Amino acid sequence: MTSSLDATYAAPAAPGAPPSRLKARMSATPFRTPSAVPGFGLALGFTVLYMSLLVLIPLGAVVAWAASLGPTRLLAILSQTQTLNALKISFGISLAAAAMNAVFGLLLAWVLTRYDFPGRRLVDAAVDLPFALPTAVAGIALAAIYAPNGWVGSLLPFKVAYTPLGIFVAMTFIGLPFVVRTVQPVLADVDRELEEASATLGAGRLTTVFRVVFPTLIPALLTGFALAFARAVGEYGSIIFIAGNIPNVSEIAPLLIITKLESFDYAGATAIATIMLAMSFVILLVVNLIEAWSRRRLGHAR
Amino acid sequence: MDLKIRDVRKEYGSFPALNGVSLDIRSGELVALLGPSGSGKTTLLRAIAGLEIPDSGRILFGDEDALAKPVQERNVGFVFQHYALFRHMKVFDNIAFGLRVRGRARRPAEADIRKKVLELLDLVQLKGLENRYPAQLSGGQRQRVALARALAIEPQVLLLDEPFGALDAQVRKELRRWLREIHNETGHTTVFVTHDQEEALELADRVAILHKGDLQQVGTPDAIYDEPATPFVYAFIGDSSSLPIEVRGGRAALDGRALPLGSVDAPDGPARLHVRPQDVTFVTPGEGVALGRIAALRRLGAFRRADVEVGARRSRIEVRLPPEAVFAEGEEVGLAFERFAVFPAEGAPSAARAA
Amino acid sequence: MPADPRQTLPAHPVTAGASPTTEPVAVRAALIVVALAFLALFLVLPLVAVFAEAFRNGVDAYFASFDDPDTWSAVWLTLGVAAIAVPLNVVFGLAASWAVAKHDFRGKSLLVTLIDLPFSVSPVVSGMCYVLLFGAQGYFGHYLQSVGVQIIFAVPGLVLATIFVTFPFVARELIPLMQEQGVSEEEAALSLGAGGWRTFWSVTLPNVRWALLYGVLLCNARAMGEFGAVSVVSGHLRGQTNTVPLQVEILYNDYNFVAAFAVASLLAGLGLVTLVVKSALEWRYADQLASGRRH
Repeated sequence: MTSSLDATYAAPAAPGAPPSRLKARMSATPFRTPSAVPGFGLALGFTVLYMSLLVLIPLGAVVAWAASLGPTRLLAILSQTQTLNALKISFGISLAAAAMNAVFGLLLAWVLTRYDFPGRRLVDAAVDLPFALPTAVAGIALAAIYAPNGWVGSLLPFKVAYTPLGIFVAMTFIGLPFVVRTVQPVLADVDRELEEASATLGAGRLTTVFRVVFPTLIPALLTGFALAFARAVGEYGSIIFIAGNIPNVSEIAPLLIITKLESFDYAGATAIATIMLAMSFVILLVVNLIEAWSRRRLGHAR
Repeated sequence: MDLKIRDVRKEYGSFPALNGVSLDIRSGELVALLGPSGSGKTTLLRAIAGLEIPDSGRILFGDEDALAKPVQERNVGFVFQHYALFRHMKVFDNIAFGLRVRGRARRPAEADIRKKVLELLDLVQLKGLENRYPAQLSGGQRQRVALARALAIEPQVLLLDEPFGALDAQVRKELRRWLREIHNETGHTTVFVTHDQEEALELADRVAILHKGDLQQVGTPDAIYDEPATPFVYAFIGDSSSLPIEVRGGRAALDGRALPLGSVDAPDGPARLHVRPQDVTFVTPGEGVALGRIAALRRLGAFRRADVEVGARRSRIEVRLPPEAVFAEGEEVGLAFERFAVFPAEGAPSAARAA
Repeated sequence: MPADPRQTLPAHPVTAGASPTTEPVAVRAALIVVALAFLALFLVLPLVAVFAEAFRNGVDAYFASFDDPDTWSAVWLTLGVAAIAVPLNVVFGLAASWAVAKHDFRGKSLLVTLIDLPFSVSPVVSGMCYVLLFGAQGYFGHYLQSVGVQIIFAVPGLVLATIFVTFPFVARELIPLMQEQGVSEEEAALSLGAGGWRTFWSVTLPNVRWALLYGVLLCNARAMGEFGAVSVVSGHLRGQTNTVPLQVEILYNDYNFVAAFAVASLLAGLGLVTLVVKSALEWRYADQLASGRRH
């Protein structure tokens, strides 16, 4: 469409100039499709300016700082015991919490989508609590509940608060909505006829659920898992109150970043931040790949 | 395997989907359930499969009570309008599914399964496509895979729910022909649902016409077309028009004047005379059955169509004329009926004839 | 012809019998109980705990918590920061969605991906990048000191960090919706002689007002509740650079539990109000919010 328009308006070729066909192709895809709607320059300009000033340049500062340290120095910092342990704790427990959320998030999505029971709407709204509750509020509440004298903590024979288990609980809290909200629409779209077909072919209910329904949910489940994982790794407020924050035992990476910043160890803080930023990009990439793969393999509906 | 359906009823809330439908299907027969939306045909099909549970009535496969078994155990092959293929499985695994989910006792060896799947792929003319995914197939191909999948379990009854409804007209025609060939080859008792009368009449050994949950008529395509048992069947199959008449003593009368139609098999009282456009010819006014006035003349494809006003109430009937016929609007003509049917007016009892 | 009731049946009521496409009643009931227990334990309990702890020593102690002048400074500061960050982000959201939804240009999907960036970045890193830029040892640290401008450990830093973490919210609600709505109404207005701004105010804005409200709600809730990012840039100076969440932390670390939870209950209340209005908007205006929203 654009290319033919441009071909029409391309200037006639001067002698020796490339043929107009080639010229038309060279300007075939302009930056913007001309349209009658005004305000593009202003809107896009403001948007880009805003984002650059407030987001891109600040993030660029981290990258630049890391680059100025050089890979050897970065690696050296990251191999320090305390740093390594903080990263292990953050990534490791986030993985476990995301896995837990994958299981129970799937269950919740299933129950909310497929069954009707009194209070279903209320429960559905409650799933968004971790989004609605500020992280510090959630943090102190979780600490209070799971402390040795807390409502749940006093009922359990083992310590939860101030241990890695407490970190796990907090990470489960914040990650749950990601799984539920990613799986719910896909589950709602599952064609009941597939289950009917499976039943007519003789499959029992359990077989149908596991061999026919669940496989279609895998991309959404993986995406939800990845998002929950990413969120848990970077989370700060909900975790520091219930974690023991003991270096090498229950200290999460974001806390270590803050500690280093406060002691003006910008290099150390940058190193850890770089790893975390890198992981964020990897997760974003993985999520996009999953969505592209599932679109290609499973096709659109029908 | 023959199929006996006895007085099956199903209601959704206050909506009556099936009003006591009874039907016998012989082993190896290909029967069409035909009717407009909401007639209950799909409900009946799903009840046979076990996807719906009737409120009352009986369904027997041979001598066994089908209703005593859940759908998983009825061994019916069901083909859905939108294929319902398992998108995350290859064609091969789709077809093999019914065989692989069987308990250890009945499950064939993997090698036997492979053989069977490839045989079926050959039967449905999709040889070589076993490793494709449904998203990579055309609509017609997907439907053939769906059929192969249903056939793999060697069903007692094969059920198809508007199997060609989602396909292009051309593909539909080809698959129709092909389904009949497959049926002749495999000989399964087959029931299929359609709202397309052309499809039903072309494919089926017998057609069962449903309307608003009632079975109106069951018969061969010829019987349905030539001897419709109810006004609905008459109007639903082929084109038709109707005239309000009175029946007295076995004779039809229009506006008090007796019509020279011979004796008419209908009870006394108000009735309707149904006739098809191609069964009416124009004769000299005063001759024939009745007098009419041409209200409109139009060209319709290869023929001409005339709307003719008849009687004091100026009822309109459609008449099909050859293209070279020369008539004018407003002209008075006599009408001769080669064939017609008389039914009591709506609200009066009418018996559904089963042939 | 009555609509086929089979297609309008809701999710399977828990009390109805089994059918080929659902589990037996006992299984369903068990799954529901397990799911609800999990939800109650992990999600609902913390909310309940906030209010329970806040009122632990009675209503008087609860209200006494608000006699603290530092707490009040925190409240005003939070309100002030939100009052700057949210409107700015609204302007950004409107500008970005106007550019993305009503025009076609190369790099559009890159832009949209970048808008989602703060969601994938840890709040601590978000705050930290401003420290690297404007902190005492940051890139501009010396320059700022020489002109006597303080960004980190002062209010401007708080505003910047808050803007960073909340700017996607409005844009994310508006962009998909405006894309769905297309350009035809704007083109119609333009053909009738309306100018750009007039079209925007009279045609575009009214069409997105509920999505805008929804986005503002989320943006505001996050702005007032943000902890990690502001914690990094704040300096924790009591009465000066503490927002409400930071004040909660201070009270808690001082073992002043009742006061900490009392102040936290303000935020929890805000969170609940946000949830309720959000659900109400989703319920009543589902067709005027973007479909397929992700959180």
